[in-house]
Amino acid sequence: MEKTSNSSVFLLTVNGQIEGANFPDYDNLYCKYCYVYGHDWAPTTGLEEGITQITSKSSQSHKLIWNFPLETTFKSTNPSGWPQLVVSVYGPDVFGNDVVRGYGATHIPFTPGQHIRTIPMFVPEPTWRLQKFTGWLLGRRPEYTDPKVVAHGEGREVTRVRSQGFVTVSFHIMTKDMKRMGYDTGPTNSSTVQFATSSQSRDAQ
Amino acid sequence: MAASSDIREKLRMKRRALQDTLVKNKNEDDIQEAEGSDEDPGESLRRTLRAQREKRKTKLLEQPFVQDEDVGEVSPTQYNSPNEGPSSRVDDSVVSTRPPTGSQRGVSVKSEQPSSSLHLDTFVTRHLQEKLRAARSKGESLQQQETSKDSSEPVSRLQRLKDRDTITRFDREADPVSSGRHDDPLTLRSRVKFQEQARRVEKDFPTTEEAYNFFTFNYEPDQPSKPESKSKMRQKQRDGVEEDDRDENGQEEAEVEEEDEAEEDNQDQNEFQSEEAPLVRNEDNLFVIDHLPQDFVEVRKAEYVGFKKRVQRDCELLFTPSFRAVPTSVKLPENTMPRFLEDEGLYVGQRPAVSLTNKNISENRILKMAEGSKWFGDDGKILALPDPIKESSTRPPLFHMDEELDPALQTVYRKAMKSQYANLYIAGATDPEGDYQLDVDVSGLIFSHHPLFSREHVLASRLAQLYDQYLSRQQNNLTGHLTEKLNGLRKALRNMMRIHGEQGSSEALQHRISEYSLEVRNTRQLRDLEQEKDRTLLRSIIKVWKEIKSLREFQKYTNTPFKLFLRRENVDRALDEWEYEGEILKEVLELEAESEEQYQKKLAEYNKQLEDWKLWRKKQKAKQKKKKKKSQTQDDTEEEQEEEEEQDQTESEDQFEEDPVKPEVPERPDIDSLERWVREKASRIRRKPGEAILVPELCTSGGVTASDLCPRAEVARREDVSRRSLFIKILYNYKEVSRTDSCSLSTDFRVHFGQIFNLKVLNCPQSINLQVFEEIGSSYSLLAQVFVPVPDPSVVTGRAPIEEIEFSSNQHVMFDHEGVGSDVPLSFESDGSNKLTLLTSGKLSCCVSWGIGEEGVPLAPPLSQHPGGTHRGLGHLDAVSYIGASGLYDMKKIGEWAVQSRLDPNDPKNTSIMHLLKVASSGEVTAPDYFRLEHLQEEFNFVSDEEMESSKRFRLLRLRNQEAPEFRNYKFVPLLEREVSDKVFQDYEKRLKDGETIDTRQHLNPHRAVVAKYLQQIRESVINRFILTKHHYQLSDLVIEEEIPSIGILGINLFKLAESKRPLKPQRIERKKVTAQNLSDGDIKLLINVIRAHNIPIRKPQSSKPGQSSQSAVQGSDWYLSQVQVRPFVEVSFQRTVLQTTTADGPNPSWNEELQLPFNAPNGDYSTGSLQSVKDEVFINIFDEVLYETGPDDKSRATSIHTQIEKHWLGSVKIPFSTIYSQSKIDGAFKVNTPAVLLGYSREHGNTSVYDQWRSTQGGTFVRLFITVEPQLVPGESVREKFNSQEDERLLQASEKFEKHAAGGYPDRPCITTVIDLSGKTIFITRYIRPLNPPQEFLDAFPNNPQEATSLVARYVSLIPSLPDQVSFSATCDLLSTCDQFLTLLAGDEQEHAVLLCNYFLFLGKKAWLIIGTAIPEGPTAYVLTHEQSGYFIWNPSSGQFYEKGDTFCPLQTVGCLVNSDNVWFNIQENPSPLHTNFDITKVKMWKPFFSRSFSHPGLSSVQPEELAYRQTDKAAAAELQDRVEKILKEKIMEWRPRHPTRWNRYCTTTLKQFLPKLEQSRGQDVAEGHRVELQNLLGDYRISGFPLHLPFSEVGPIIEAVHSTGVHNIHSSNVEFALAVYIQPYPNNVPSVWVYLASLVRT
Repeated sequence: MEKTSNSSVFLLTVNGQIEGANFPDYDNLYCKYCYVYGHDWAPTTGLEEGITQITSKSSQSHKLIWNFPLETTFKSTNPSGWPQLVVSVYGPDVFGNDVVRGYGATHIPFTPGQHIRTIPMFVPEPTWRLQKFTGWLLGRRPEYTDPKVVAHGEGREVTRVRSQGFVTVSFHIMTKDMKRMGYDTGPTNSSTVQFATSSQSRDAQ
Repeated sequence: MAASSDIREKLRMKRRALQDTLVKNKNEDDIQEAEGSDEDPGESLRRTLRAQREKRKTKLLEQPFVQDEDVGEVSPTQYNSPNEGPSSRVDDSVVSTRPPTGSQRGVSVKSEQPSSSLHLDTFVTRHLQEKLRAARSKGESLQQQETSKDSSEPVSRLQRLKDRDTITRFDREADPVSSGRHDDPLTLRSRVKFQEQARRVEKDFPTTEEAYNFFTFNYEPDQPSKPESKSKMRQKQRDGVEEDDRDENGQEEAEVEEEDEAEEDNQDQNEFQSEEAPLVRNEDNLFVIDHLPQDFVEVRKAEYVGFKKRVQRDCELLFTPSFRAVPTSVKLPENTMPRFLEDEGLYVGQRPAVSLTNKNISENRILKMAEGSKWFGDDGKILALPDPIKESSTRPPLFHMDEELDPALQTVYRKAMKSQYANLYIAGATDPEGDYQLDVDVSGLIFSHHPLFSREHVLASRLAQLYDQYLSRQQNNLTGHLTEKLNGLRKALRNMMRIHGEQGSSEALQHRISEYSLEVRNTRQLRDLEQEKDRTLLRSIIKVWKEIKSLREFQKYTNTPFKLFLRRENVDRALDEWEYEGEILKEVLELEAESEEQYQKKLAEYNKQLEDWKLWRKKQKAKQKKKKKKSQTQDDTEEEQEEEEEQDQTESEDQFEEDPVKPEVPERPDIDSLERWVREKASRIRRKPGEAILVPELCTSGGVTASDLCPRAEVARREDVSRRSLFIKILYNYKEVSRTDSCSLSTDFRVHFGQIFNLKVLNCPQSINLQVFEEIGSSYSLLAQVFVPVPDPSVVTGRAPIEEIEFSSNQHVMFDHEGVGSDVPLSFESDGSNKLTLLTSGKLSCCVSWGIGEEGVPLAPPLSQHPGGTHRGLGHLDAVSYIGASGLYDMKKIGEWAVQSRLDPNDPKNTSIMHLLKVASSGEVTAPDYFRLEHLQEEFNFVSDEEMESSKRFRLLRLRNQEAPEFRNYKFVPLLEREVSDKVFQDYEKRLKDGETIDTRQHLNPHRAVVAKYLQQIRESVINRFILTKHHYQLSDLVIEEEIPSIGILGINLFKLAESKRPLKPQRIERKKVTAQNLSDGDIKLLINVIRAHNIPIRKPQSSKPGQSSQSAVQGSDWYLSQVQVRPFVEVSFQRTVLQTTTADGPNPSWNEELQLPFNAPNGDYSTGSLQSVKDEVFINIFDEVLYETGPDDKSRATSIHTQIEKHWLGSVKIPFSTIYSQSKIDGAFKVNTPAVLLGYSREHGNTSVYDQWRSTQGGTFVRLFITVEPQLVPGESVREKFNSQEDERLLQASEKFEKHAAGGYPDRPCITTVIDLSGKTIFITRYIRPLNPPQEFLDAFPNNPQEATSLVARYVSLIPSLPDQVSFSATCDLLSTCDQFLTLLAGDEQEHAVLLCNYFLFLGKKAWLIIGTAIPEGPTAYVLTHEQSGYFIWNPSSGQFYEKGDTFCPLQTVGCLVNSDNVWFNIQENPSPLHTNFDITKVKMWKPFFSRSFSHPGLSSVQPEELAYRQTDKAAAAELQDRVEKILKEKIMEWRPRHPTRWNRYCTTTLKQFLPKLEQSRGQDVAEGHRVELQNLLGDYRISGFPLHLPFSEVGPIIEAVHSTGVHNIHSSNVEFALAVYIQPYPNNVPSVWVYLASLVRT
């Protein structure tokens, strides 16, 4: 790692906020977030993980608002393992136990600019019904061993999940040196692409 | 329900009837006149009454109202009447319909007309007025009565209305008896009468004018609903009045009643005979005409009907059957007693169960019905079948055992049909960006034939077609082209001939010439053909034109503007003739040559055939001669006969052999005839020389004769043409989406639409269909359908050309005018021959293309979604050829074909194919002869494979992805190629190289090196396997889930709730297990709790008198008290971190201290696999802290004391980290590995206490430790991968079951039935147990003492180095090598040691078993149990020590199961510790056998070899090794003391060296005393401390480590000297026993 200190990297700055969530059935929720990224990535500034305040629904709106800022800069040498934002939402159940209300993950958008992502959230299901009941009774629902599990594909086939709600995250993405390193992530002009294809097919004819 | 619906129906009928009546009332006046005065007096009276009543009402409501008459008038007429026949039935509310023409109904309708329109003819009015006057006088008296009643009437109309409603005509008819007031015969009579009247009226035919008025009358728009309802109301009201009348007057007013009745009937009649209806009652309307509308309009509020009233009304309207039981008497005919058949002894079946309420309801209802009683049986119950459900099925049974099934019942397989509209939507079509637009441009239509074509048109269109053909031919100019080609070929041929003549013939040239001449011939023929076509075309054009001309002349008018001009181009006659002749000459010459050639060929053939024939003939003759000879011997026959015979024979042989016919000589071609033929042909197909070239020109400048001048039929045709118009429907995917305006057909049968339709497309285009409709007047008919191909996405509007698509229809049309019709034979000949049948046909010019969006983006769907790739062009060639399929275009074949057919590359027709071939041959599009699945893969390859290989960066990335150990967690692969340093790969490459060469220096022994390499390979393969299995997840790996608490636990929990709280009682909280992934350096700590130690050797007093010390130590109790026996402390070193406890006193110290050592995983990888492979060991050393007082000199001694601390090593315990990791905590007393001799220390201290006495028998030092890892790590799962096996499946299942059961019942007892051998196969464990011979020298050593031999063998086994599986294979899978493998590898874990030991014991004739259990500190391990006469003994195979069964210090803690070669027994005793275990395996209650009676031992053969072969000890090698080890160790010790000089005491060293073999011989038994005494004698001046270390040997490293850990080198006193001796005793099979004697000497 020391070796790479003078090597070329590109930077990805993630600004934004976890705006809020839409969980129709639950209230008084808070949210944890963390990033999952590949070997060639490292955060340089900003918080890598965080936990929001507890928010409750107002009488008018049924949205949960956190407006929790995200501000992280990553440096990287390889777009593989592009960072993912993993959010997990917790809140008290009927008996006041803190239980998980949802896990979700989304890739950080790779195009510079403003993006809004609505992340569908889910929780693992109990293996069987009795467990569901006891879990409910004791306030110990099944949880992922690590929230970061949701950012990986491996091993997910052994789980069953239930969808819960949505978390809305807005991103403002800035990149530095990506283009210089040969990674063009700018928005593609669909019209030019289409033209190209059509003219090609005509040429072929 | 039936009843209610019935009622409703009646109500509706009534309402209609009322409505009709109401209308009639208004209308009837005008019919009156037709009816005349000869009507029934009763009727007229009734009518009068009615009229007067109405008049009264009109007076009350004098609001003009006009519109409702319309309704009134129409609705009755529309109402379907039985005799109305074909009149269209329209809903009541429909107002204006066109009356059917030509029907007689016009009469009656017409007669109604005037009244509604208020345009009464005056005379009618007058007439009616007269009538009215007469009628009024008649009805005057009756009117009086009614007025009085009327005034009293309107209290509750509704009620009465309801009353009335219930009594309907149908009631009356159904039940004539029940209501006496309705006189049926009367009704009938009056009906008959009305019918008569109607008939009378019908006779009255309307005048034409009336009829005309009727038809042309402008009906006023309707506003029917409100007034109608009002009028209905009114009508009802009035009816109510009549009812009243009826009710009150009863019989007295029978007459009126009758009339009313009649009226009602009349209304009924109206329902059915609308035309006849107006015949009645009309006179009073004469007055009312002006007021009539107001009569029925009343404006009032909506009436509120109270709930009660409504209920009441409902009750009256609806019949609700009662729930109450019906008395039997009602149900039965009067005066009959119910009869119970059952009582009479007859069988009555079980009635179906019906609930009582339902039964009552239905009974009540049935009773209300007509003939209700017939539903009841004799017993007063509803007739019922005993069981309404049929026993057997009504469906005929199917017998199809043998016979064929009835074909009608045969199941027919139909292929599943795909829904036509499934998946038709274009993906993304719904979003705004993806809308697609299809532009359909319908520009026009030209008929090539139309039914309305006149003959001239037919000819003209033919002419036009021919002319078109001519033009296109002219454009192609095929003839000219071919002619030129021919000329060129001829020239080339001539050239070649010349060359041929000059240079003689070469084979190639010959070939080429023949090829060329063939070409010439072909081209000539083609040209001739084309010329002939041209000629005929021209001719036919002229012929048709002539026909047109003659037709025009004949019919004296022209219909078409076509005019044909023939331009004459004069030619130079001489030149032309010359050319003509030249051409003919050339042709003739060529033909001659050809025919000559052919002749030659034929001749050659003939010659050949002739040869054959002759040969054959000869043979024949020879044969015959033979035969002849034979026959001559028998009888002489005549020559002729012979010949005949011969003939016969030839004939007969003809049948067998072919070609006996003598070939004919070919004819010489006739040159003259050739020329003649050529000339003939030329004159036929070519212009005659000198004849002018005729160029036809067709123009449409000719005039068309005006219609006035045409004959009538033609005019009719033209009119017909002008009537017609056409439009086109556009169907997209079989749905009409649009249609053009209808355009009239012009006289030239062209229609111009010029419309463009933009279709927004959502579905995939499947078909675009244009339907041509012809419209005549208002009706239209489908003429033809045109299917337009769906355009390619590249075809966009503006670029697509307009296409002409032909269509035709097979309609049969015939006209009586000049139009020729369609599908009608037509002849232009005067005699009617040569008939043509023309079908309607034409061309539709249209264009379908994809639209263009605002920014010029084509609104076409992407190509990939385009279904039905039938119209795809070459654009898709690549994809197909990429796949390698040759389905569409086989380039090779095309090329071959092109070569064979000698395509002219200059021919414009062939340009496309030539281009294709050129492209193909240039290699741009080569159809590969392989098949590739991922044919577009290359598109996605961002670098080529070579680049991938050569790039260091990619290599790094790939290696990381492959999880190569060096790069498994490599971070920040540099972004740029140049930033990847070569150093990165050094380690990796070195390792790869090392795979082949092993550093022999490290291992000191080539054999060892080989073994090490082999082990390395196994390790790698297992690691790879493990890495694979690491990717198989279980739910518990991902999700933390609470276990389901069992009922018992729940109960306990509940019980706990009730328990009183004891805050001071410490409770054990289960530590949270941490998964490896979120750990980093410094997170993990090793906690070592050093509690206490027992039986530590004590110092011996330094005595100058040798030989006395031991005695003094034993006896001197005072000394014992005064002297410091020992000051031990514990030093723990792990991963080069060294910590130590405080110093305690005495041989049984108690420290109770916790030491925390940080743990670092290799490479910072905290994954389970990596942690399992940590090889580091925890060294726990016990030292004695010795203080020496030293002084710099004697002077200062008085004032200050200098103390020197020395630590003397007393013993050590080694615990591998893997054990700690896998067991998560280790708790217990560990036997300290003490050297056999400790110089200066004695283990025997005073027998002062019983405790010590008891302890001393154990002869060991113990330290009690508690070791764990903080935080608790999740131990690695054993490899779940199922290994393949050669064992019986049943056995495997049984063993799985056995193990599962064991784990379920006794989770803490290990149970092993199957193990994995080195090749990775599952093997049953008993196969490993087999008596095996130990080295013979052991047996020979003590032939008389089996006990000695046993211990020798055990020692031998313990000398084989131990290598835990976990360490080597990084997974907790049991790898068990066989004994020979073990002896070859010379490394293995306890199991292998135990197996070997057990096998040796078996060989020695002992009863031995393998114990699978847990021990300290190894964890799950294997020991050996032997049964001797003195009892059971437990052997620790890795130390070679044995314990009695009752030994409390036996490291074995639990006994899981016993294994021998026959069986496996699982310990099911309560206490698994060996102390309490009963080893009598025959007791089934204590030991559960694997093979029992139910599952007997299948006779598993052993995997062990029959006999073990041992290599002899290599003494020389051992000596060499000894020297080397000694040298290395000395170097190391010097190295560890960098600041101090290390002096070696040679004398001591030699002395020690002499001791070592003795020690080896005594196998470490306590022979120390002798030594010490000896040493003391030798080195009296030295304070000596030292010890021999005994080690198994694998590598030098562990020896160095062990020496280092004793800390001997740490003595820093200036006058210290060292002694080091190494002795290696070799045992068979290169098992050396290594002794290292270390001593430090300090001169006192």
